[in-house]
Amino acid sequence: MGSSRTIFYFVLLTLVLAGFWTIPVSAQGPTPTDDEVNRIAKQLYCPVCESTPLDVCPTEACRQWRDLIRSMLAEGRSEEEIEQYFVEHYGARVLAEPPNRLATYLVPAVAILLGAFMLFRGFRMWMKPSITEAGAADAPPEPEQDPYIAKLEEELRKQK
Amino acid sequence: MIANFGYGVLVITFLVTLYSVFAAIYGDRRQIPAMVESARRAMLLTWPLLTLTAGALIYLLINDHYEVQFVYEVTSRSMPTYLKITAWWGGQAGSLLFWSWLMSAFASLVTLRKWDRDREFLPWVIVVACVTMAFFIGMNVFFENPFAQFYQTFDGVKSYNLKPANSILFTPENGQGLNPLLRHPGMIIHPPMLYLGFVSFVIPYAFAIAALITGRTDDRWIRLTRRWTLWAWLFLSFGLVLGGRWAYDVLGWGGYWGWDPVEIAAFMPWLTGTAFLHSVMIQEKRGMLKQWNMILIILTYDLVIFGTFLTRSGVLSSVHAFAQSAIGPLFFAFIGFTLISSIALIIYRWGSLKSETEMTSLLSREALFLLNNLLFMSILVVCFWGVIFPLISELFSGQKVTVGPPFYERATSPLFATLMMLMGIAPLSAWGRSTVKTLGRAIWKPIVGAVVVTAVLFATYTQKIGALIGFFLVALVIFVTIYEYWRGAYARQRSQGENIFTAFWNLTGRDRRRYGGYIIHISMMLMAIGIIGIETFQVETQGTLGQGETISLRNYELTYREIAQWDDLPSGVNYRRAVLDVYEDGEYLGQLAPRIDYYYDSQQNMTIPGQRSTMRDDLYVLLVDWEPATAAGATFKIYVNPLVNWLWLGSLLFLAGIIIAAWPEKERERAAFKAEARVQQQTSAAD
Repeated sequence: MGSSRTIFYFVLLTLVLAGFWTIPVSAQGPTPTDDEVNRIAKQLYCPVCESTPLDVCPTEACRQWRDLIRSMLAEGRSEEEIEQYFVEHYGARVLAEPPNRLATYLVPAVAILLGAFMLFRGFRMWMKPSITEAGAADAPPEPEQDPYIAKLEEELRKQK
Repeated sequence: MIANFGYGVLVITFLVTLYSVFAAIYGDRRQIPAMVESARRAMLLTWPLLTLTAGALIYLLINDHYEVQFVYEVTSRSMPTYLKITAWWGGQAGSLLFWSWLMSAFASLVTLRKWDRDREFLPWVIVVACVTMAFFIGMNVFFENPFAQFYQTFDGVKSYNLKPANSILFTPENGQGLNPLLRHPGMIIHPPMLYLGFVSFVIPYAFAIAALITGRTDDRWIRLTRRWTLWAWLFLSFGLVLGGRWAYDVLGWGGYWGWDPVEIAAFMPWLTGTAFLHSVMIQEKRGMLKQWNMILIILTYDLVIFGTFLTRSGVLSSVHAFAQSAIGPLFFAFIGFTLISSIALIIYRWGSLKSETEMTSLLSREALFLLNNLLFMSILVVCFWGVIFPLISELFSGQKVTVGPPFYERATSPLFATLMMLMGIAPLSAWGRSTVKTLGRAIWKPIVGAVVVTAVLFATYTQKIGALIGFFLVALVIFVTIYEYWRGAYARQRSQGENIFTAFWNLTGRDRRRYGGYIIHISMMLMAIGIIGIETFQVETQGTLGQGETISLRNYELTYREIAQWDDLPSGVNYRRAVLDVYEDGEYLGQLAPRIDYYYDSQQNMTIPGQRSTMRDDLYVLLVDWEPATAAGATFKIYVNPLVNWLWLGSLLFLAGIIIAAWPEKERERAAFKAEARVQQQTSAAD
């Protein structure tokens, strides 16, 4: 009995506060344009349907979220504040990128550098023997003509 | 009846593939050619059997057999017949069957070739192809039966493979209908193309594994599968482009590529496949990189399975994941099994896969090709990490995160730019030896040309530094390629006395792979123009207009004229079509008519943009479907997408390039074969 009354008062309080919260919206200046709303919605991802940016998501939930962005903009809240609000309420997945940038970028960066390092080590290993051999044996003379053209013409002669 | 028949044939096909695997292994180990031949014939049987199964399914789809769960889920009475047929690959169970069917066709084709010189490969090619097929058909038989039917029991209505006791068949009045997004022509051809690409990469993989098992690790397997690989690449590339076009036309976000995990799933095997296409040339010309080529084709195969896994297992929910089910763990196990056993084979044969020659110059063609491989692999790493990071994050920290376009764009754009630069340099370098001097002598003219183009663009088109770098690279690659073409044709003109056009034509015909490859490079650059255009210059606006009101974007003004709404009852669609007058700098250009199509059966909207396409830009207008659209007011979203048409133009040229490169060169091959046979005869006579 006691708990349901608490819930009732809580709901009532929420509604009253929500009412106060919306009043300044109408009291403020011009309503933000669709473009202003979309500029922020584009940065956010639909919390329900994954992989869909909020500015193009057709669901009713997203429509309400866009309205929420509009009213928050009308209140004068900044882009960061609005993003923060969405992260607090729906989790980090509403952001287009994970909040921990370092973890996201570090692994591929290290993997790529490692790959590059291995490749260049491989190059050096491959090159070494041929450099020593080249001095002694068959160092080819610098071709006078472009090697490609020479090869091409040689092939063409063969096919004739 | 037909459903039971279809399921029965499917079970038989499954058993046939298993038999084929065992007969091939047994025949090879015990040296019984008749067993291997039996395995080959069993594999040849899979295609007619699966065609029969597919025929049964198509019959059920066309004739509204809604007692079959799959038919109920993907069709409805209002759908036209051609859509009922293509609904075959519109859902989970059907698309797995479609995969197996295409695979069986390719496996049959490959076994029909002459095997005289490559007998020892045959059993192992059969094993790989049939294990792959058995896996996919097994999925259908045990988990995703397209022929499962609804039965009413005491527990209610459920679908069963076989009729349970005390039940009666339950037939719903109408089906749910295909997701409207899948009714678009692009989406009808896109999955078959993608799947064709996927399954045709199984063939080179099968030959690679056969080479590893038999120890015949020279470049024979590469020569045998060269054309397969090119066709696989053609289908996969075309599948990707069609997917992009579909997204542009129906998804209503004004773009063609959203870095969605499922798009990336199809892109990853393309990356390794492209790296493979380049690096096999090093093995053919210089006898190097044998181990690496094996790794690349194994990766491509497993990324193909991984791609199907991502789209089909429901492990990621995304716009593409229309069909989901609990077959994920099995896919995962299969990927693990094939990857580990393939890598184990490479380690086993490591010694015989050593390079025959050494690298001689950092600027040689082979060194630059290796760099190209590094870049493709780097893009792969970025893509793979982006796709699995949300899963890792959820698994370890419980936090769900999104890895969206900003990550991919930031991480891959320097890699793509370097790749373009390489595309400019590599064609000018020679195999074996190349020095700064020879390279510099060849490249200075194209560089001057590219600088001039960039300067002109700076003065007349854009001052954005990123775009200018992009355009410089595009111009460089195009000039280098044309210059290369010109040098070849000029040399031919002199030595053969041909006129320049004949010389161009014959040059391409003589070395299709090389010049087809150059056409592909140019087409890639045309596509790059489109990508640079839309990525850096796209603008958009959204607004609600009353009749007669105007909205403007860039030089365009659009005036809302009228709206009409009507039902097309036979098709089960409600149309709302708005008409806008389009002006550019005050000059009347014509009308655009964006639409919202509402499908009654699946209760879904589809937004069809009004588009005005030129080579300069696309004007792309959407009727926003979550706002009311009436004469009093309708909300429009308008994009100007500069240069995007170059993307589609480039993809057509791309297609032409691959066809040139992959076109069979019959006469030459036959001549080569004859020459080889002659040499063999002579040597045996000498013995």
